[in-house]
Amino acid sequence: MLELRDVSRRVSGVDHLSGISIRLERGALNVLLGPTRAGKTSLIRLMAGLDRPSAGSVLFDGQDVTGRPVSKRNVAMVYQQFVNYPGWTVRENIASPLKVRGTAPAEIEREVKRAADLLRLRELLDRRPAELSGGQQQRVAIARALVKKAGLILLDEPLANLDYKLREDLRAELPRLFADSAAVVVYATTEPAEALLLDGVTVAMHEGKVVQAGPTQSLYREPQDLATARIFSDPPINTIPAAAAANPARFAGATTLAVRAHHIRLQPRSASPDVYVTQVESIEINGSESFVRLDVRGQHWVMLARGIHAFAPGTSLTVYVEPEDVMQFDAAGQAIRPRREAA
Amino acid sequence: MKQGRFAWIVPALYILFLMTPIYWLVAMSFKTNLEITTRFTLFPEAFTLDNYAKVFGDERWRSVFANSLMYVSLNTVISILVALPAAYAFSRYRFFGDKHLFFWLLTNRMAPVAVFTLPFFQLYSAFGLFDTHIAVALAHCLFNVPLAVWILEGFMSGVPREIDETAYIDGYSFPAFFVKIFIPMIASGIGVAAFFCFMFSWVEYLIADALSRNAVVPITTRLQALSQASGTDWGVLAAAGTLTLIPGAIVIWFVRNYIAKGFALGRV
Repeated sequence: MLELRDVSRRVSGVDHLSGISIRLERGALNVLLGPTRAGKTSLIRLMAGLDRPSAGSVLFDGQDVTGRPVSKRNVAMVYQQFVNYPGWTVRENIASPLKVRGTAPAEIEREVKRAADLLRLRELLDRRPAELSGGQQQRVAIARALVKKAGLILLDEPLANLDYKLREDLRAELPRLFADSAAVVVYATTEPAEALLLDGVTVAMHEGKVVQAGPTQSLYREPQDLATARIFSDPPINTIPAAAAANPARFAGATTLAVRAHHIRLQPRSASPDVYVTQVESIEINGSESFVRLDVRGQHWVMLARGIHAFAPGTSLTVYVEPEDVMQFDAAGQAIRPRREAA
Repeated sequence: MKQGRFAWIVPALYILFLMTPIYWLVAMSFKTNLEITTRFTLFPEAFTLDNYAKVFGDERWRSVFANSLMYVSLNTVISILVALPAAYAFSRYRFFGDKHLFFWLLTNRMAPVAVFTLPFFQLYSAFGLFDTHIAVALAHCLFNVPLAVWILEGFMSGVPREIDETAYIDGYSFPAFFVKIFIPMIASGIGVAAFFCFMFSWVEYLIADALSRNAVVPITTRLQALSQASGTDWGVLAAAGTLTLIPGAIVIWFVRNYIAKGFALGRV
């Protein structure tokens, strides 16, 4: 178990991380979710021991490892960039952590083969990283992290630099790869969809702080505050001041209302939805879905509609929002009575 | 754009221009003194290896070559060994005054060499190092260490910091990482830096001459001395001159693929 106690990091007067206290369990996939510059990488580097916290302590399995240098810790890490030793073959790259540890050559060979099979690198063992595609290079880095059997495995946006198809493939494989490792696995990402697909536990981060941590599904469905709701929405969550809502009486006490893009509908679902008459600003079609940008009483909303729609910009469009899909927040941005979503 | 039919003329002329003095030196080394001093000939009329035989047969010539090779090699090794950790620090760490120090290192190269001959002479004499190989080698470090630091820093900064971190995460200690992983990655940079150190030290005359008397006579001193004396043996001088070109040519051959990057100080 990895525990951070009130950890902060200040670099030349700027707070990169402040007051972070979280506990991450073994066996679960822990996702750090947040936009760029939220402090995910800073936090990961701190967990690895590459950087030292300015204040607070890092505990691993109850032991304080705050000041312990990275080479003395039992961690593995995969970077967003594909980092491998360029002069070494794939085999030597994967074997590297075992070799340092002084593992017997026969066992190294066995472990490297096993990892290579898992990551479909068997045919590439004698190549050098430069001769591989980006996806293969990143798989080498992941294999190196796997063979070490470290207690803490850190993945810092490992799929961000891959193209779409490779990302999908590798993302589907990742939970399986780390499923039987008894390690604390930490996975940083900017994409809410990735957090949902990986399931497990999500730590939502914003401006160097943890805004909410908990099981991924509950974070998604019941964000504690507007910041978490924003972080956990792609396309961005749609907001409107409660006073400007279609039916303000329904949301007494709330200051801001928020609704996800796919909860804005072209047809009502219930007998008494909130009805908004909007102006179409633009439309983007990705093949099976349409992203419709709307002007709703001065607010800019995005509606995600199934199928292909051809609304001309400037035309008027009536949309429906079911009250149970609406998230309510008070003046401080705290959630009021979080509601269950209908899938 | 289509290249003109005569596009080769300019580079050809340029190369001819560059190569003429070298050709003349080599051609002279195969001529007799009589031919050199009395006629203007493009090719040696009476081709002779006597000049080379004289150089190789003369103990004084052999020893100046040995001397020069000795202090040049010493200097190259010292410069690289000192520059490696320095360049790593400049490349990887931010510290107080790092940029100024880096620039200041280079300004050393802007001063004329002659400025340093007198202080060097006094200092090395005081420490009893006068007329030793190590004296010349150390003196040349004044110019070669900054140059090597500058070149190596460029190559090192081309290696992503994440490589260092990955090595530490894998469990390498700093020395193990530096020797097993980092040095091989910047091997071409080391080659280029060594080349520049070697060449500077090999052709440098003033300091080497000032710091040596009998035990360590550098090749440059002897070439200079002979060309000034009356009754110069032109053929022998040309042969010795040709021989001094060889080490440089050999070193260039080894680093030929990296030399352009080296001139750009690794920042390509």
